[in-house]
Amino acid sequence: MITVRVLVRLKPGILDVQGAAVKRALGGLGFADLEDLRIGKVVDLAIDANGEEHARARVDEMCRKLLANPILEDYTIEVVGDLAAPRSGR
Amino acid sequence: MKFGVVVFPGTWSDDDFHYVISEVLRQPVKLVWHRDRDLSGIDCVILPGGFAYGDYLRAGAVAARSPVMEELTEFAARGGLVLGSCNGFQILCEARLLPGALMRNECLHNRCQSVHLVTERTDTPFTSGLRAGQVLTMPISHGEGKYVADPDTLARLVARRQVVFRYATADGEVAEAANPNGSMDSIAGVVNEGGTVLGMMPHPERAAEMAMGSTDGLSLLSSLLGTLVEDGGFVRR
Repeated sequence: MITVRVLVRLKPGILDVQGAAVKRALGGLGFADLEDLRIGKVVDLAIDANGEEHARARVDEMCRKLLANPILEDYTIEVVGDLAAPRSGR
Repeated sequence: MKFGVVVFPGTWSDDDFHYVISEVLRQPVKLVWHRDRDLSGIDCVILPGGFAYGDYLRAGAVAARSPVMEELTEFAARGGLVLGSCNGFQILCEARLLPGALMRNECLHNRCQSVHLVTERTDTPFTSGLRAGQVLTMPISHGEGKYVADPDTLARLVARRQVVFRYATADGEVAEAANPNGSMDSIAGVVNEGGTVLGMMPHPERAAEMAMGSTDGLSLLSSLLGTLVEDGGFVRR
């Protein structure tokens, strides 16, 4: 089992109104040094894949088909770990 | 003309559309469950408003990948008429049956109010009964209705006259102050290139009897009755 983390973010040119509201709230709490804040999504997946590259390719396909909307969002794929138990050889 | 109203888990305007079509328009209509793939005999498919699949991930994202949408894509390719309102518009964009996307209202508020729309096109099956520039009044009720598209797509939409409705003042003037959600170019509704698939954020089914305060939404549905789809085009009867 390979665990993969997908980060989905609004594209740079897309106005992030939620991020702007949270940034204002942090400003109100005294964080005057805050210059920018944008909100994205984390999707953690566990996939039965044949190695890291295979896992990455499968998750990339998932992103293109559903997890991200290419009109609004960019995504990055990070392989977090390989949870495969050592093969028993039986 | 036979109508089909698609029901996803979380759809809420299905009964309203069903009522208006059967009791006000007096046309045959059936509900189509999202797992069904049978659209045979249906001339116009309605994707109603609501929160299909809870709008999890993104509004309309999961619904756009449900079984009925595969069939609907073929139905639309054959020239079948499709009207998506509110969540239905979001689903049509997510399914790539219409260009662009709908995102969080710029004001961050859910907008539940009456709006004015200026009619930009009357040569579609949905607007053939309207006058060019006619101002319609109907409700909106959404938190994610800001229409966005990349500059090239937007230019193409305008060049191909795919913008059917824009938010406007009561006088029909397109003005930023009359734009309730920050939509690019005040876009409230668009059609596909063939003019047979319409997506719009406002709710025509909630403006279909005088008791609702307006019958302007009914004029979209009644336009369809004067329309016969042939070979992917349409003629006014």
